[in-house]
Amino acid sequence: MCGIVGLHLRDPELHPRLGELLTGMLCEMQDRGADSAGVAVYGDPRWSPPGRVSVSFVPPARVSTRAQGLLAGLLGTDVVVVPAGQTLVAHVDAAVGVEALRTAVAATWPEALLAGFGADVAVLKGVGHPRDLAEDFGLPAAQGWQGVGHTRMATESAVTPGGCHPYAVGSDQCLVHNGSFSNHATIRRDLRAAGHVFDSENDTEVGARFVADRLAAGYDVETALKELCGTFDGFYTLLVSNADSFAVVRDAIACKPAVVAETDAWVAVASEYRALVGLPGIEQARLFEPEPERIYAWTR
Amino acid sequence: MDALTATRELDLSTVPLRSVNALLHGRPVDGHPPLGPEESVVLTRPRGAHAVAVGLEEPRQVRVEGHVGYYAAGMNQRADVVIEGNAGVGVAENMMSGSVTVRGNASQSAGATAHGGLLVVEGDAAARCGISMKGVDIVVGGSVGHMSAFMAQAGRLVVRGDAGDALGDSIYEARLYVRGSVASLGADCVAKQMGPAHLEELAGLLKAAGFEDDDPATYTRYGSARSLYHFHTDNAY
Repeated sequence: MCGIVGLHLRDPELHPRLGELLTGMLCEMQDRGADSAGVAVYGDPRWSPPGRVSVSFVPPARVSTRAQGLLAGLLGTDVVVVPAGQTLVAHVDAAVGVEALRTAVAATWPEALLAGFGADVAVLKGVGHPRDLAEDFGLPAAQGWQGVGHTRMATESAVTPGGCHPYAVGSDQCLVHNGSFSNHATIRRDLRAAGHVFDSENDTEVGARFVADRLAAGYDVETALKELCGTFDGFYTLLVSNADSFAVVRDAIACKPAVVAETDAWVAVASEYRALVGLPGIEQARLFEPEPERIYAWTR
Repeated sequence: MDALTATRELDLSTVPLRSVNALLHGRPVDGHPPLGPEESVVLTRPRGAHAVAVGLEEPRQVRVEGHVGYYAAGMNQRADVVIEGNAGVGVAENMMSGSVTVRGNASQSAGATAHGGLLVVEGDAAARCGISMKGVDIVVGGSVGHMSAFMAQAGRLVVRGDAGDALGDSIYEARLYVRGSVASLGADCVAKQMGPAHLEELAGLLKAAGFEDDDPATYTRYGSARSLYHFHTDNAY
């Protein structure tokens, strides 16, 4: 069992409240998984300022306050490193490029977990209680147009930052999962043979890399998820997001729960309705459960 | 207030769920006088909580004003519970008697394993509605999802809308009545003739659920072909 939440804000007046609303949703889902948690936030000015690209990473131990200087020295440009609990978010001018920043982070801390990267997303992960982690991340103060979160009860791999969702393996992409894939080892082997490198033995990471592989090949998200449904065995509710959209899909027998709520101001998804009760206007929202193997996608 | 018409209102956002359920079970709760034998109960602000009004054993009217989470009114005996909203997974699971009415939609496994009583879902019910039902009557105002009445042993399931895939898979002796389309029938589930007794039975169920204007003749009955009851070598792998 795990908990997933997602919030896509249509009304810009709500953007300053993204973190507050997402924190409430995440903390309500902590009963579904309290060993670790993670969030992806799109558009926060602390982590993803306009004109910058960022890399979110979890260093193996608390890194020194020299992190900023080390990266700046390596890249020969100004780098800002923002601590967010166990995760650090480094950002540089977009002209430097996210690949250069990723390379610099990996060179400086070879053991670091790359949590996410892109122009708009910050991905924050940690081991611990979701409520404590949300505070450590600084999540309640986050702003932006979209966020997803995950509370984990580990079943398929170790309780480590590498086992935390979201899995953000493509630029500005991320994926969270409630459930378990049963044939992930076979698919991981195929993806490794095609050149993909994995950070963990986690089943969900295989799903994320599968989707990223298909998106990189030019599929749209709906086609990529249809192929995932045909390739992966197991139980899942998946929430897949990128800079402009998010999508939900459930397995063929709808084993894992999901509730969608939609108003003119926002679209929200959660494992359970109770995660949604704090959203403004929930009383008037259109509520439904996604049908099995039907892909629901929203774009801005 | 007249003791016969007294109503106790409890706000689930301030009174802990365990206290509310303890009161409904007739157990003492600090700060709350016990419920009178005829006292009805209104539960406000459930906010999707799980296990609301579970395990009731005495006759009592209970109304829940809002959406509830998992297993609402589970194991009900003799009480009449009305949910003025949607219900999560397993509403009225293992009900023995009494009634549970959901004014909105119900999530999967509504009425699972229930032995008796009447479950009415005025909206849609999701997958596995009436899974392993053992004598309950279920009337769904809208449609039901896939694998409904899976391994249903006894009782009646009425669907005013459509049924999803694999209706009645591995069904025993429950009787299913569907007005709309059935996406597919599960193993050993077949359409059957509607006799006068079936029309009368269905009319009674529709009336009990508040849908007496439906014409029972527009429904189709489904039940067990009884071909899985005994070992047959063609079924072996």
